[in-house]
Amino acid sequence: MHDIATNFINLDAITILYLFGVGFVGGLVSGFIGSGGAFVLTPGMMSLGVPGLMAVASNMCHKFPKALVGSMKRFKYGQVDVKLGVVLGISAEAGVLYGATIQERIKAAYGDAGSNLYVSVAFVVILATVGGFVLRDAWKTYKSGNSNSEEKAGKLARWVQSINIPGTMVYFKALNARVSILFTIPLGFATGMMAATIAVGGFVGVPAMIYVLGAPSLMASATELVIAFVMGLGGSLKYAMHGMVDIRLAMIILGGSLFGIQLGAIGTTYVKPFMIKVVMGVIMVIVLFSRGLMVPVYLAKLGLIEKMSDSTVSLLKTSSFAIMIFALMLGAFIVLRAMWQGRQAERLQQASGALEHEQI
Amino acid sequence: MAQISTKKKPVGAMIVMGIISIALYTTLLLKQDLLNENFAKGGWFALLPIITAFVFSYFHGSFTGSFWTVLGVEASKKKKEVK
Repeated sequence: MHDIATNFINLDAITILYLFGVGFVGGLVSGFIGSGGAFVLTPGMMSLGVPGLMAVASNMCHKFPKALVGSMKRFKYGQVDVKLGVVLGISAEAGVLYGATIQERIKAAYGDAGSNLYVSVAFVVILATVGGFVLRDAWKTYKSGNSNSEEKAGKLARWVQSINIPGTMVYFKALNARVSILFTIPLGFATGMMAATIAVGGFVGVPAMIYVLGAPSLMASATELVIAFVMGLGGSLKYAMHGMVDIRLAMIILGGSLFGIQLGAIGTTYVKPFMIKVVMGVIMVIVLFSRGLMVPVYLAKLGLIEKMSDSTVSLLKTSSFAIMIFALMLGAFIVLRAMWQGRQAERLQQASGALEHEQI
Repeated sequence: MAQISTKKKPVGAMIVMGIISIALYTTLLLKQDLLNENFAKGGWFALLPIITAFVFSYFHGSFTGSFWTVLGVEASKKKKEVK
């Protein structure tokens, strides 16, 4: 049973600017790779003194409107497969509820330190495996010199698309193929569970759509925004029913992120598709180190390793946070730079008359 | 009617939405205590933050969209083959 939250932090100009700024950068990255920002926003709010669950709840309440605006923008660019997003979103919602229940049980049994350790270990495992894989794949594409060519579905995705289970097959535009929902259900569920656990479902959802289902990167990252909307709305309702949402925090972050997400969405139209994998992989691998630094802190708190001095804990916490901010800023920088280069190239082409102008 | 070669920028729309957006945020900050008290009541009051989020996203979303368009930051004109 949750008590009605009474712990609303004081908002001053610095706090508002900070939340707006982090919201903007988070939105920019989200608009581009379909997820992200949340894993900085939640600890970001907590470092302001917002209780953990309230930070998660307020983040969710900014996530679904942001995802709505982002997905609508990318829908205009033909990148969103609404059906795929909704189908995955439904099982993702179930995953969120299940993941949240596990979180609550761990917290009840092992306290804050135990809960934080669980979250951090999940981060490290997911980011190391998936992040490493995505980055390696982006590197292979870059080295092969085929970065401009149409993305082809990998071996695993082709196998998944070849499986025909009567009565469960659904056609998805993004895949240009029918797949069984017996594949989409666990993928969506895993995405939701991750969202409830580490606040970023997209780190499972987007690679799953690309590598397991065979969706092109641009469509996977765009469709993820639909899943984020469904999950965010469901999750927000659940938390709001327990009075956990600080609407001021949610709306201030939204203030910045709506600027960012539109910019990120526009950015996707200028870059080569494999850049999605680059940005995603880079952020995931750097955040891996950020979270990894906190694991010993929680282990020490739980008494599983030797106790640490306060100054060591403080150093690790500060380093962890700084690395996380760096990951997000680097991601944003890569997005903006790629966009800038894309626009410059297009301007040059227009100037030299290479693009056909419409005749009056 | 002759076509203009540059699209007209939605300055008017941006200003209108911007004003509404500023009004929403001003209200949010001025009425913080009242909002927090009611929005945290739980139960059916849960709909209040959800509806608020939709309202903000409509007006602020429109404003930010027009903002980038007015600044000339728009999607690439090249037709990208998505699949």
